[in-house]
This record gives sequence, C-alpha cells and structure tokens, in this order.
Amino acid sequence: MKRKYQTMAALILSAALIIIGVMEGQNRQVFVKAVNICLECVGLG
Amino acid sequence: MDDKRRMVIQGIAALIQNANFRGFFTGEIYGGAVKNVCVPGLNCYSCPGAVGACPIGSLQSIISGYRFKFPYYVLGLLIFFGAVFGRLICGLICPFGFFQDLLHKIPFPVKIRTFRGDGLLRKLKYAILITMVFILPALFKMTPVFCKYLCPSGTLSGILLSFTNTELFAVLGKLFTWKFGLLIFIIILSVMISRPFCKYLCPLGAFYAPFNRISVVQLAVDKDKCTHCQACRKVCDMCVNPAEHPADAECIRCGKCVDSCPADALRLSVKRKTIT
Repeated sequence: MKRKYQTMAALILSAALIIIGVMEGQNRQVFVKAVNICLECVGLG
Repeated sequence: MDDKRRMVIQGIAALIQNANFRGFFTGEIYGGAVKNVCVPGLNCYSCPGAVGACPIGSLQSIISGYRFKFPYYVLGLLIFFGAVFGRLICGLICPFGFFQDLLHKIPFPVKIRTFRGDGLLRKLKYAILITMVFILPALFKMTPVFCKYLCPSGTLSGILLSFTNTELFAVLGKLFTWKFGLLIFIIILSVMISRPFCKYLCPLGAFYAPFNRISVVQLAVDKDKCTHCQACRKVCDMCVNPAEHPADAECIRCGKCVDSCPADALRLSVKRKTIT
C-alpha cells in the first residue's frame, strides 16, 4: 500500500513539474536545442 | 517473452524513436514539433533519425544555460517515465541498450558475466549522473559535459551525420577522436560483457534505478510457486537475483528471468498482489 502512494506521489510530482516547465517555456528551450545539430554531442565541441 | 520477441520490441522502439528515415540519407535532422518532448531512452537528438529530444542532453542544456534554471520540464518527464516503467526503459525501449544487446550476440570466446569490483564499478553511473549531468554543466555554462566527453550515442550520431554531411566530416577533430575511441571501447566491451554502458556509465539508467521500487510496471514474484531453483539468477545478464530482489535497482526488466522460470513464478505486471 505504501508503494502505491509513493507511485501516486511520483506521478503527481511529475505532472506538476511538467506543467511548471511548460509554463516557463522550457519545452521550447528543449525544442530549440533538439532541432539544431548539437556540436558537443557529435564530437565537434 | 522469448528472446526473438524481446528483440522485435526493442527494434520497434528504436525505429519509433528514430523514425525520421529521410534524415539518414540527407544528413538533416528532424525539426518537427515532437522534438518538444524527450524520448524515454538514450537517443541523441542530433541523430539524423531522431524524432524526439534526448532527456540527458535536454537536462544539461537547461542546467547549463547562461541563467541557471531548474529543469522542471525534463525532470518531470523523467520522473513520469521512471514512475511508470522504472528500468524497463533500459531493457526494452532504449535504442543504445538494444545496440549493446545486438553486439553481445556476436560470438566471442570470452563472455564475462561478472568480475571483481563489478559491484563497485556499477556505482560509477550515479557519480556520472550527479557530476557530469547536474554539477559540472551548472558550473561550466553552455557545456553539456556528459554529451561532450562521454556520450557514445552522440558519437554514433556524429558518424551517421558525417556520412552524408561532408562539411561536418571535414571539421572532426581531437574531441571526436576521443569520443570515437570511447565508442570503439564500449563496442568491444559490449561483445564480451552484456550492456557495459548500462551497467557502469549510463546516467539515465542511474536516474531510473530508484524508480524500480515504486514503478507501475513491476517484476512480480509468486512466492507460492517459486522453488528457489536459481534459474532466474543464472540467466540474468545484470547479475540480479530476481526471485529474491524483484525491484533491484540493477534490474532492467528485460524479461529473461520470466522466460527461464520453470515454475512460472515470475512475470512483468502492473498488478501488485504477488509482489514481495
């Protein structure tokens, strides 16, 4: 039963964080990074 | 779930996360709206096929911005993935895990299951998560330290991009040489050891590990059926004892133990009745 509540708490926390993140525009920040070639990632520095 | 079915699931998951097939021929990365969302597995967003964002890269990108921001969005997504699946993501969804599984199928005279210091070395991924993903990117602005110096998924992306993008190929330098060497080392190691990157280096696996205890998807053990024959322990590539510790942080829920159990005492389930 304790585990069930921990799972619920984690899911509620994740939803809250996602909502705050979207309100702060962090999904756009992720998008901008993801649609351009990440030079560090591919080994160009 | 037999081995063939598991590989099919892993293959489909890898294809879904890399469904921009055109990119492999044009060398252009996908720029659609799906890249607002992080994929659950380790899949570099600079891979020409990637349709989503890499969670570890995105995390560092927000943390290492000029003005520090708490990465609410990416952490929220990661907690969600962890709370639902735990490390099942490593076992069945992660494209780099699938890549290592394929490599481990290559016949080799010495297949190493475990060695002295194995347990200690597995703690390294937690240190990498804390230092290279959280602390160092926060200190050194605009530097995704893990992606830059360690991530082999990014190196694979670089290789795939350089096939079609000759300009990119022309400017590959020392950093690429280091990352390429590391990738080769991981590839050779993967032939000998099952999933060495997942076991010792992956910060995403380290993040999901604690969620194995509370995730919706669980490895359920029927204690009444279990005969303690140890068949599940012997077959486990992660060297876990699933019958005794079904929520072990190292368990990647690949399901091999489920197949191996002669008493049908193990199963991947969302029900918690039989969980010990």
